[in-house]
Amino acid sequence: MMTTNASTIGIAYSEEVEHPDTVAIQTFGFWIYLMSDLILFATLFATFAVLGGNYAGGPTGKELFDLPYLLGETLFLLFSSVAYGLVMLAMHDGKKNCVLIGLAVVFLLGFGFVSMEINEFHGMIAAGHGPDRSAFLSSFFTLVGTHGIHVTFGLIWMAVVIWQVAVKGLTTPVQSRLMRLSMFWHFLDIIWIGIFSIVYLTGVV
Amino acid sequence: MFGKLSLSAIPYDNPITMGAVGGAVVLGLVILGLITYYRKWTYLYKEWLTSLDHKKIGIMYIILALVMLLRGFADAILMRSQQAVAAGGSLGFLPPDHFDQIFSAHGSIMIVFMAMPFMVGLMNVVVPQQIGARDVAFPFMNSLSLWLTTAAALLVMVSLGFGEFSKAGWSGYAPLTEQQYSPGVGVDYWIWAFQIAGIGSTMTGINFLVTVLKMRAPGMKPMRLPLFVWTTFFTMLLVVWAFPVLTVDLALLTLDRYLGMHFFTNTLGGNMMMYVNLFWTWGHPEVYILILPAFGIFSEIVATFSGKRLFGYTSMVYATSVITILSFSVWLHHFFTMGASPNVNIFFGIATMLIAVPTGVKIFNWLFTMYRGRIRFTTPMYWTLAFIVTFAVGGSSGVMMSIPPADYVLHNSLFLIAHFHNVLIPGSLFGFFAGFYYWFPKAIGFRLNEDWGKRAFWCWLIGFYLAFAPLYVLGFMGMPRRMAHYANPTWHPYLLIAAFGAAVILLGIVFQGIQLLVSIKERRALRDPTGDPWDGRTLEWMTSSPPAVYNFPKIPIVDELDAFMDMKEKGVAYRRPDQYNDIEMPKNSPHGLIIGALAFVFGFAMIWYVWWLAILAALGMLSTVIARSMDDDIHYIIPAAEVERIENERYRELGPIAKRHPTDEQTIPERVPEM
Repeated sequence: MMTTNASTIGIAYSEEVEHPDTVAIQTFGFWIYLMSDLILFATLFATFAVLGGNYAGGPTGKELFDLPYLLGETLFLLFSSVAYGLVMLAMHDGKKNCVLIGLAVVFLLGFGFVSMEINEFHGMIAAGHGPDRSAFLSSFFTLVGTHGIHVTFGLIWMAVVIWQVAVKGLTTPVQSRLMRLSMFWHFLDIIWIGIFSIVYLTGVV
Repeated sequence: MFGKLSLSAIPYDNPITMGAVGGAVVLGLVILGLITYYRKWTYLYKEWLTSLDHKKIGIMYIILALVMLLRGFADAILMRSQQAVAAGGSLGFLPPDHFDQIFSAHGSIMIVFMAMPFMVGLMNVVVPQQIGARDVAFPFMNSLSLWLTTAAALLVMVSLGFGEFSKAGWSGYAPLTEQQYSPGVGVDYWIWAFQIAGIGSTMTGINFLVTVLKMRAPGMKPMRLPLFVWTTFFTMLLVVWAFPVLTVDLALLTLDRYLGMHFFTNTLGGNMMMYVNLFWTWGHPEVYILILPAFGIFSEIVATFSGKRLFGYTSMVYATSVITILSFSVWLHHFFTMGASPNVNIFFGIATMLIAVPTGVKIFNWLFTMYRGRIRFTTPMYWTLAFIVTFAVGGSSGVMMSIPPADYVLHNSLFLIAHFHNVLIPGSLFGFFAGFYYWFPKAIGFRLNEDWGKRAFWCWLIGFYLAFAPLYVLGFMGMPRRMAHYANPTWHPYLLIAAFGAAVILLGIVFQGIQLLVSIKERRALRDPTGDPWDGRTLEWMTSSPPAVYNFPKIPIVDELDAFMDMKEKGVAYRRPDQYNDIEMPKNSPHGLIIGALAFVFGFAMIWYVWWLAILAALGMLSTVIARSMDDDIHYIIPAAEVERIENERYRELGPIAKRHPTDEQTIPERVPEM
């Protein structure tokens, strides 16, 4: 890094190329954002842990959760993550069409997940078990719904990136966005595993 | 169509509020008129509002902070005068309904809209220069943070003229803030203002963490970072850790209020203490978020004006990290009276007392830095000395309250008010003032008048003790906080003294205004041609004052702590490079400003239940973000020839200074004989 050869001794200036590695900085910054988002979810998990037993005479998790349905929902999200892994491999090989097809698959699987979640929520609210029924349901809907909103924003982002890949090709900024969206997508997968274990599995046990 | 909004939302019947609204509107129109008259709109838009330059964003943050300081201080004057007259039979001039809004607004504004922007503003101006960088890691996000904060501040201001502000205190405890007990729009103003500003702060946190970690000049190893950079780093770590908790806490309260959920309600399983726990999980780190940067500023100032390297640099860094970690283990001391078990209370009590240890380390380090130094008594140094003494008093009263049984007695009394003003005013505001005077020449190009600065300082310091020392006594006499009226006549004399103290502080603020005007008038005499008006030690003094847009024509190499002093001692500080290169800088962007404006509309629409407008504003924000992400041409090149032209000008102004050996006595300003 430092220039110490004879011609530059005493010169207090760097002769190195002064372009910071933008992609690395963006990726690192996005990591830190993900960590702050993790704290956001941790707070929601803590809230659920405190309030999750306050049924206030309303339904419990055991009465509401349909595990086989949720397993399907979970598989949608997990396979979309697998597909995204393949998208990144295609990106590194510079195969634009494979990237586009892969992203379309990821998008559809993610869309399936969100649709199933909306359907689940709709059924519960229609049956009178909405978030205003008890503190348990408030914290349940908020924790799971916050994850669902994240996935929805991920889908919007993905639509934009699909458009950018199609129009701009796999340029450096587009690759950087694909990379960050991939981190976001896998992060949401991990959060979902937490939700599935702590909210649903523990709820029906 | 307009939700809850109607013309009856304007408080015509309240002369004090309408006076304030009228004043603000007239002032705003005068400023807008002047901008139009001098045809400065294009200049303002191109050079400032859409700028991604960290120095300009920093200056705009500080302007916002100073405006909000005036508003928050006006609230303080109203409270002090009300309590000075509303004794015994007299009810004073403020009805309780209005008084409650004033103390809520005062706290909210001073913490979130005065101290935070002041701190972020100073960081913006200084930190990239101190680490030898040309900008922050994410210049666009920086502009977005500024405009979100401004939008939120504007929401608080608008609450004066439309509807009301929260009456539930700056901490907004549930269930008082639930729909059932606070059905008006006041709490919603508070929620959305905090929420929007908080999201801006989280982005600032991410931005500066990455900046400090990734943008340092070559050779700037961790243990060579200026202490202000270290405290910024730890502060931003706290921001990224703590602000998401506030975001969630406010969101849950919002869901309770808007969708009838039951997080913090009395009924259907809600738990009000969940709100309080989450609030202070953010709120206590927030206090350190405000104080740690000021510690960094004092460290820079003490070293510079003592003409010595900071004593115990390494221990300062570790003390800061210890405070950072401990700050997350003390939140429960804000509500010992919740009734947790004695074991829980004593855990938090001891954790609180422990914080006094690293803080004490810092105090001694500052004292030892001054010991045998050649101290120059400038305005920044005055604020620093006042801080050390005053903060030690305030810290001690905090240790007193960390003892749970003592806290049961003092809780909610004026003793608490005296305590936290006694730590936050010297620990945060004095620090930001010191930084303001210290770095003003760097940011603007000329120094501030020292005589008026010292007059203002004495008014602030004397006024502070007059205003807050009586509150300690009143706390022991049993006077609770937030009283619009009181029947006990023995409290009255102390409140008169406190009101007099507030008036003395007001004089200090007036003197600060005079100081600004006088300095602008004398700007040629006060001009800083060197870029190094104080014989500084760190890299920000290497650039010109004000710095060129790229800060450094060539990125400096760092060999030592106090890098610039090291270069001056080696005689290489002003050596010109053999040649200049092209420099890449971020282009201006209006997107941050647009998103900020839409965030204001969104907040306002949510507060007044104008759903269609809220949806439109949200879609607008989303589209603006997408539009920004479509643009990959976000940099421009400053050609080497242009860099050379700017630098030639700089060296012409530097004149003989650049050639002289920098440790030569004559180049060091205002040396005083050894004490």
